[in-house]
Amino acid sequence: MMYGFEWDTATPLTYAWSILPIILIGLTVTLQAAAAGFAIALGLGLVFAMLRRSRIRTVSWTTAVVVEFLRDTPLLVQLFFLYYVLPDYGVTLPAFLTGAIALGLQYSAYTSEVYRGGIDAVPRGQWEAATALNLSRMQTYRDIVVPQIVPRILPAMGNYLVAMIKETPVLSVVTVLEMMALANMIGERTFEYLVPLTLVGVIFLILTLICSAGLHRLQKVLPKAGIPLR
Amino acid sequence: MTQAVKPPLIQFTNVAKRFGALTVLDDFNFEVAPGEKVTLIGPSGSGKSTVLRILMTLEPFQEGQLSLAGMSYHEPNGTGPFKASERHLRQIRSHVGMVFQSFNLFPHMTVLRNVVEAPARVLGLPRGEAECRAIDLLAMVGLADKKDHYPSQLSGGQQQRVAIARALAMRPRVLLFDEPTSALDPQLVGEVLSVIRGLAHEHDLTMLLVTHEMRFAREVSDRVCFFDKGRICEQGAPEAIFTAPEHPRTREFLASVLR
Repeated sequence: MMYGFEWDTATPLTYAWSILPIILIGLTVTLQAAAAGFAIALGLGLVFAMLRRSRIRTVSWTTAVVVEFLRDTPLLVQLFFLYYVLPDYGVTLPAFLTGAIALGLQYSAYTSEVYRGGIDAVPRGQWEAATALNLSRMQTYRDIVVPQIVPRILPAMGNYLVAMIKETPVLSVVTVLEMMALANMIGERTFEYLVPLTLVGVIFLILTLICSAGLHRLQKVLPKAGIPLR
Repeated sequence: MTQAVKPPLIQFTNVAKRFGALTVLDDFNFEVAPGEKVTLIGPSGSGKSTVLRILMTLEPFQEGQLSLAGMSYHEPNGTGPFKASERHLRQIRSHVGMVFQSFNLFPHMTVLRNVVEAPARVLGLPRGEAECRAIDLLAMVGLADKKDHYPSQLSGGQQQRVAIARALAMRPRVLLFDEPTSALDPQLVGEVLSVIRGLAHEHDLTMLLVTHEMRFAREVSDRVCFFDKGRICEQGAPEAIFTAPEHPRTREFLASVLR
């Protein structure tokens, strides 16, 4: 994907300007990976948190073990495992998907703890009122519990989103061409790393600053008691 | 003048309920006829609230039989703490509603939404129809003008009246009141009691009321049950219990609360 691009290393500024289009292509991949990974983490984390509260012992126990395992093994190991070991068992996933899933799995272990804390903080009376109104367990989660915990868990979730964005360069080791991988390739060609790496660093900084500001804003806008769905 | 004997709507037979080593209900027998208004009184920790919580399936019990409208709370092959499937429990719950001491309104929903939610989700009523019913019920408890408020904007008495409307929206046959005025400031108790008093005239509604408002109990109930140490120590018509209690424990208790 580098062919056809010309870069101008005359001055750092022209150099940066000439490689910006390539880096921005990488940025879209970075954003997609973070978005997909975080969507998985948000969804799966809630599922883990719910399963962990299951009344069936084996279910809650198994979930606890899985979550602990995901949390306590390095992302890189999980990533390599998904990318290099699973194909031996007939499961071959594209690099991008592997990366998104690995990020999502690891962070779902973190988010499940956030959800758990949030769910535990919902007063027992809310569950009892839901039972008295004959809402099912799923309806209780969807209509009563989750809407109430959203404002409370938002700051912690935001931190994990920022952390995850910063961790996307790890995906370059399984050939996902995100920003960092591209900057590295440019460096290899030009023997000039300072500018591409600085550029990537600055873009990450801008990205996380935007995220933090957005979350801060969202926190102010959301009603403290939560918002009902639909 | 003989009245046809109706089968009891609620029947506790030798029920035992324990929390670990603590026995809350012990060999407990209790029947409630359809439409009956029964008040449970007694010292705290005597098991009154536990009776309501068991009926609402909020607490399992360990021994004995309990049935409501002919349905047993235990299924023959039931497992888990309730010894019944969730489906079976939901069928039982569809006949029972409950009003809590601490209201337990959903804080993230408007008053109207609080009342509409369960009929729409559980009974599958169209939102429009559920809203019409909810507004009627809110008018009945005198809060139709507050329908777009959030619970945090209401007084305790108003919140409890919304909670009553919310419970009624599910059209239960049995309505359980667990110390509905205990968490209220004294000047707000009256408005809640007057709503409950209105319901006491509903012929078809069976009511079980745990309360410390003795005058009110005397006024609205068909029967008063005095609880002591996990058993019904004495029961009867309110006149009899309040004017001529037979059991020394009842006398002692009434003397302490009526002063």
